[in-house]
Amino acid sequence: MGTGLLDDPTFAIVATGALVGIAASMLGTFLVLRGNSMLSDAISHSIVFGIVVVWLLTGAQAGPVQIVGAAATGLLTVFLTEALARTQRVKDDAAIGLVFPVLFSIGVILIAIYARNIHIDEHTVLLGEIGFVWLDTVELFGARVPQALLTIGAMAAINVLFVTLLYKELKLSTFDPALAKALGLMPGLLSYALLGLTSATAVAAFDAVGAVLFIAFVIVPPSAAYLLTDRLWLMLVIGSAISVASSVSGYVLALWLDVSIGGMMALMTGAFLVAAFLFGPRYGVFARRAARHERRLANEAQALAVHLFNHEGGPRERQENAVGALGAHLHWDGAKAERVLLRGLDRGLVVRDGELLRLTEKGRAVAREVLEPWHRPAL
Amino acid sequence: MLELLSDYTVRNVALGAAFLGTISGVLGTFAVLRRQSLLGDALSHAALPGICIGFILAGGRSFGATLLGALASGALAALAVLVLTRGSRLKTDAALGITLSVFFAAGVVLLTHIQAGGNASQGGLESFLFGQAAAILRSDLWIMGGVTLGALALVAALWKEFKLVTFDPVFAATLGLPVVALEVALTVMIALAVVVGLQMVGVILMAAMVIAPAAAARQWSRSLGGMVISAALVGIASGVFGAVLSATGRGLATGPLIVLAASTIVLAAIMLAPGRGIVWSFLRQRAQSRQLRGRQVLTTLYRLAASHDDPAYPAEEGTVNSYHGLATRRVLSGLARRGLVRAVVHAPEVTPHWELTPAGLAEARRAIAEFEGDRA
Repeated sequence: MGTGLLDDPTFAIVATGALVGIAASMLGTFLVLRGNSMLSDAISHSIVFGIVVVWLLTGAQAGPVQIVGAAATGLLTVFLTEALARTQRVKDDAAIGLVFPVLFSIGVILIAIYARNIHIDEHTVLLGEIGFVWLDTVELFGARVPQALLTIGAMAAINVLFVTLLYKELKLSTFDPALAKALGLMPGLLSYALLGLTSATAVAAFDAVGAVLFIAFVIVPPSAAYLLTDRLWLMLVIGSAISVASSVSGYVLALWLDVSIGGMMALMTGAFLVAAFLFGPRYGVFARRAARHERRLANEAQALAVHLFNHEGGPRERQENAVGALGAHLHWDGAKAERVLLRGLDRGLVVRDGELLRLTEKGRAVAREVLEPWHRPAL
Repeated sequence: MLELLSDYTVRNVALGAAFLGTISGVLGTFAVLRRQSLLGDALSHAALPGICIGFILAGGRSFGATLLGALASGALAALAVLVLTRGSRLKTDAALGITLSVFFAAGVVLLTHIQAGGNASQGGLESFLFGQAAAILRSDLWIMGGVTLGALALVAALWKEFKLVTFDPVFAATLGLPVVALEVALTVMIALAVVVGLQMVGVILMAAMVIAPAAAARQWSRSLGGMVISAALVGIASGVFGAVLSATGRGLATGPLIVLAASTIVLAAIMLAPGRGIVWSFLRQRAQSRQLRGRQVLTTLYRLAASHDDPAYPAEEGTVNSYHGLATRRVLSGLARRGLVRAVVHAPEVTPHWELTPAGLAEARRAIAEFEGDRA
């Protein structure tokens, strides 16, 4: 493989998309869990400002200087947003929506004034051009490697390393910031590191997918993973897997339909999210509907068992525990009474004795579980 | 300026900006008060696929079709946010981010699909990203004006209901108001504002037009009516300023200019709004802490005097300093200017000394009595 594979545009494009996704999922997982997702929106818009300013100052259009500059811009955005919210003159959400448009606007105006004819035009800034990543290559160990692949690969490695090394700290400060602070883990610093890396990743992903589509890679795969699992490490793994699957399927579809590759990749993350939303094994719409149905059936069976149990052996047993009486006594209409009764017979909770209904041992156990919970066998 | 306003394009642009300012200011007020500021951001990004579909269906750049498309996809996006937050364990921020980015991605895909078709008039579509006010036609203005008027009429007709839903939705529900329907109406109307803003500021920066005028108006308004009117005025002012600058300048996109104008007003309002501005409260705080320090030093002098049984006891400045752990010269001079203390010489010492004047004695007694009263 080696040289041949790296020369292949298809591989370069799909690998870039997948690496953007993995790098973004690592950080996005924590942003989604912390309820900070919209900060990635703010950051990815406002780094346009950072990119232009760094370009004006140093002439660098990409590379480490740009990444550091973008990280600084991202932190500036977060800092300004927090400072604005701290004045208590505007609410948190409004503060986000006030700061990033300003930085973004200044960035766009600077581009219009100074950078008309270079490659950072407004269009690239927004949409990126992942289809061309393989054109711009550098020499590495004798092989020609796409520049974008190298940058985003390095960024993905840094993010994976960050999450692996600080896994415990990130986990604690995400789920229990107060305890993290008490233990001296500096959750504030960690939060800034997370957001700084988000900005750096955004600029590394910029050429490929642009500012707005980057948000999809940060928020959507971790959100889909969040609907599929309760384990943090699994969420990171599933989020990355969805990113990879999105970039492969997005590439294929984009080629087939002749549309934007980056856009299609981002759209595919949305498709995976919808799938997780509908078919997730535990939190999916269908799974929850099935669980609700199951619970309702169990409740009805319990109600029947409890009713029969209460009147068992009593003076009015013949009237209360008669087939025809269920509707009136449990306030069920005829159809429902019949349905519940048939299910009770099926499950062996009750048996019929002419018009009279008798509980089986199993049925009595169901009633006791409700009426005498203290007799429930210890778990 | 008059010459500028008589220019046909500039007049169009200014009128469009005024419509935008009005509708986004009025509806933004409700959004900001209901803590839904970022919904405007999501809805405006989400308008892109609708714009493209309108373009495809109309077979070219038709403002009416575009608006309908944008409105439809905006409403769909609002619905998506609602479904995601109600139907899953995702929080609002994630739901907004998902909707924003996935809808925008769909828009990008459609945009490239249109471009691949090689339609000559596709250039008009790009202007919806950042807005290009100069491209506004007279016929577009009629639609923008109509949408604005319609939204205003609806707000006026349902004023009491919207007000109640904004400030106390629970109470509104107990009164039997259709709370959900009213909230949906407010949300869909934000999509209307987005639609009017497409040509002026573009989908990316529309978020700021929903938030900024309302956030500025909030600083000096005490009532909903006042806030709605001020927000509309701020919106109009920044809209017209940015649009005219863009139409006459060097082809700068309109959106960023309008947003910068509105944001400058917000910043000024946060700093200087009467009674609420940061500058005023900083000054007030400084005056208060100065007054408090003055009272503390005065009380110290009084206690020294009391413990020496001498109302005119000359207290050494160094002693007073050590009581307060800081240099009290400025505080003492301030008290002296108010005639409460005076500098005296206490021979044979040469260090500065201070004693209470009769007025200072009375003031100190009053301060102490007040303090004791508070404690009781």
